[in-house]
Amino acid sequence: MTAEAKKAPPKSYIEDGHTLRSWFFSTDHKGIAVLYLVSITLFFFVGGAAATLIRLELLSPNGFILSNDAYNRLFTIHGVIMVWFFLIPSIPNTFGNFLIPIMIGAKDLAFPKLNLASWWIFVFAGCFVIAALLIGGVDTGWTFYAPFSTMFSNGYVIPAVVGVFISGFSTILTGLNFIVTVHRLRAPGMTWFRLPLFVWSIYATSLVMVLATPVLATTLLLIFAERVFGLGFFDPQLGGDPVLYQHMFWFYSHPAVYIMVLPAFAVMSELMTAFSKKHIFGYKVIAFSSLAIAGLGFLVWGHHMFVAGESVYVGLVFSVLSFTIAVPSAIKVFNWTATMRKGYVSFDAPMLFALGFIGLFVIGGLTGLFVAATGLDVHLTRTYFVIAHFHFIMVGGTVSCYFGALHFWWPKMTGRMYPEMPGRIVALLIFFGFMLTFMPQFILGWLGMPRRYHLYPPEFQVLNVLSSAGASILAVAYTAPLFYLAWSLFYGKRAGLNPWGAAGLEWMIPSPPPRENFETVPVVTWEAYPYPLEPQPVAKEDGR
Amino acid sequence: MSDALPAVHEQFQAPGQQLEADRLGLWVFLASEAMLFGAVFFALTVYHLIHPAAMHAATSRLDLVTGVIGTAVLLTSSTTMALAVKAAREGRRTEALIVLVGTVLLGLAFEAIKVHDWFDEYDQGLYPPMGPPFPLPQPAARLYFHLYFVSTGLHAVHLAVGILLVAGVAASLLSNRMKLPERTVTVEMVGLYWQFVDIVWIFLFPTLYLVSR
Ligand code: HEM
Ligand SMILES: [Cu+2]
Repeated sequence: MTAEAKKAPPKSYIEDGHTLRSWFFSTDHKGIAVLYLVSITLFFFVGGAAATLIRLELLSPNGFILSNDAYNRLFTIHGVIMVWFFLIPSIPNTFGNFLIPIMIGAKDLAFPKLNLASWWIFVFAGCFVIAALLIGGVDTGWTFYAPFSTMFSNGYVIPAVVGVFISGFSTILTGLNFIVTVHRLRAPGMTWFRLPLFVWSIYATSLVMVLATPVLATTLLLIFAERVFGLGFFDPQLGGDPVLYQHMFWFYSHPAVYIMVLPAFAVMSELMTAFSKKHIFGYKVIAFSSLAIAGLGFLVWGHHMFVAGESVYVGLVFSVLSFTIAVPSAIKVFNWTATMRKGYVSFDAPMLFALGFIGLFVIGGLTGLFVAATGLDVHLTRTYFVIAHFHFIMVGGTVSCYFGALHFWWPKMTGRMYPEMPGRIVALLIFFGFMLTFMPQFILGWLGMPRRYHLYPPEFQVLNVLSSAGASILAVAYTAPLFYLAWSLFYGKRAGLNPWGAAGLEWMIPSPPPRENFETVPVVTWEAYPYPLEPQPVAKEDGR
Repeated sequence: MSDALPAVHEQFQAPGQQLEADRLGLWVFLASEAMLFGAVFFALTVYHLIHPAAMHAATSRLDLVTGVIGTAVLLTSSTTMALAVKAAREGRRTEALIVLVGTVLLGLAFEAIKVHDWFDEYDQGLYPPMGPPFPLPQPAARLYFHLYFVSTGLHAVHLAVGILLVAGVAASLLSNRMKLPERTVTVEMVGLYWQFVDIVWIFLFPTLYLVSR
């Protein structure tokens, strides 16, 4: 195979065309993945700029650069962009797009044109939302809570809501495409239980995308109808019910947090096996726990509403269910750590990101249990404790995995190795910078500092300054890959087929892969993660 | 390989695989659509339970007669659509054409009945944001009518899309751009969508008209 590939190297997807047209209108899943990668990176830096200003402002207890209104607008920009235009598409639309067809031995997704269309929809929606947020300034927060968003806030709520609504189509179409692809395009011999766990987890994510996003669409439609036609769903003056809004919003948004974190789980299974050179511990348990999380995720939305007039009994039910959902997540963490046991563990940058994920995700998950306890939550809700909780999971967890995936598959996507040392340094900086940013926020929340205010009592200043210091480390660490990865595009070492010695169909084809992925349809005769790999000289001496 | 089937796209290995993918894609799409309406059903059901009196007062203002006629019309259109799929499978073009046109006409009839209902309700003051004053004292009754207008509106929009799709199929049959039974799958998919829109109404009708009456 290797010798053959050397003889007549097939043209890679990158060399397939050099015009703008060949990038922006190509239906190749790999090209679209790259389009997503570039566009969500841009959104990430827009959201990041807002975060930087927020942390700058919080250096001082009495607000020294921003007005109240400007502060409200900033955290709205930050939340809306980060949630819908970075985190939700991050891993699925880039790495999912690039890898799913390859991992299952297919040439493309089931509906390549739909895939291209969902990128265009996404970019259109993103530009629309950014315009609304920057020109108009929306001050509702990413949650668009009614009746504030429908009665009091300024008129730009409508375009912002319309933009998020449109981006939902992109999410739904992507999820649909993945589901059909995994069902229908698996190569001969690629049974469900031979699929890499990456595919299982993205599959579970896709189910949530397809089933939860339409509820957000309805919710946004109702905001729209209330503001534009005066149909009162949420505004009590018009007969509406403000709690209805929270129910509908969280019925989408809790599952949505799993849209954000399940793909990180997907990446984790690949990284832990590749850098431990071991079969995954408990394949089926991990596969089914992804589905369990996707299902249970629909039953816990009420834990966001313990203080919103929910009855005590309902609160208890939601509390218990929230505790249950921590179980499958914990199982996964145990399985990943068990995978390392007696493995040949190496600490390349992607593995450092993966280990960082474990540390941060465990803290995030455990504090999830704190806020899922009804009594404790009355004290903690709407404080910085909640902010720290979800940042630990979504940023500490998912963004770390996103960077881990970026480093791990970079050689496959570009054909070049990234420089290892800067990669490792960035992985460590992200971990420690993150801890420094968000650990103080747990304490602040515990002490009662509410979220979404830029003025605070002076005794909170030290912790806030620490947090801002951590944020500046994060800013450097998140920006650095931009430079060394760009550098590696031209000067990086050429990556062969399989620079990591990892298992999986994606490592058996050239880097970067040819347009068609496979010259002939592969026939799969092996289970997932068949470590140690055959030609690998591991365990040679003592046969351990 | 069979020449009768349309060219297989490169990502598929066989025409059968492509058909299966198209079908599954539509089912997944319909599941997503079901959740879109699900949110409104959820809200309506909860309010039936927690505000029975207001819901009774509100529901009783709807015109049951036109509601029943509309439902009957829509159910009949389901039958004609099913007949169209059968005719397509068996390659009977003229028959397919007739029942497709019938489906379009029944769909339009339903939309006409619904628009008539809306005007009627508007005249009674039942459209809370505008028109004559709202006649019912309970706030939850207003909420009911807000949900009524949004859910019937959303359904009507879906039906309108269905009408366009069915009309499109009929037009391409008429102009011979579409051959039967080769393109049966197109008729089937449009049929599936049509049935879905009908089923939504079959749930919407009792939820809006009957439950708290
Ligand atoms: C391990 C299981 C988890 C439990 C038991 C849990 C529990 C909770 C609870 C009870 C709240 C509400 C706190 C409050 O508002 O007072 C909350 C907030 C939140 N959680 Fe989690 N959580 C878990 C995992 C996750 C995951 C995996 C994510 C994201 C990927 C996440 C993201 C969020 C977000 C975004 C919020 C706050 C949203 C807002 O108010 O703006 N959580 N969590
Ligand atoms: Cu939640």
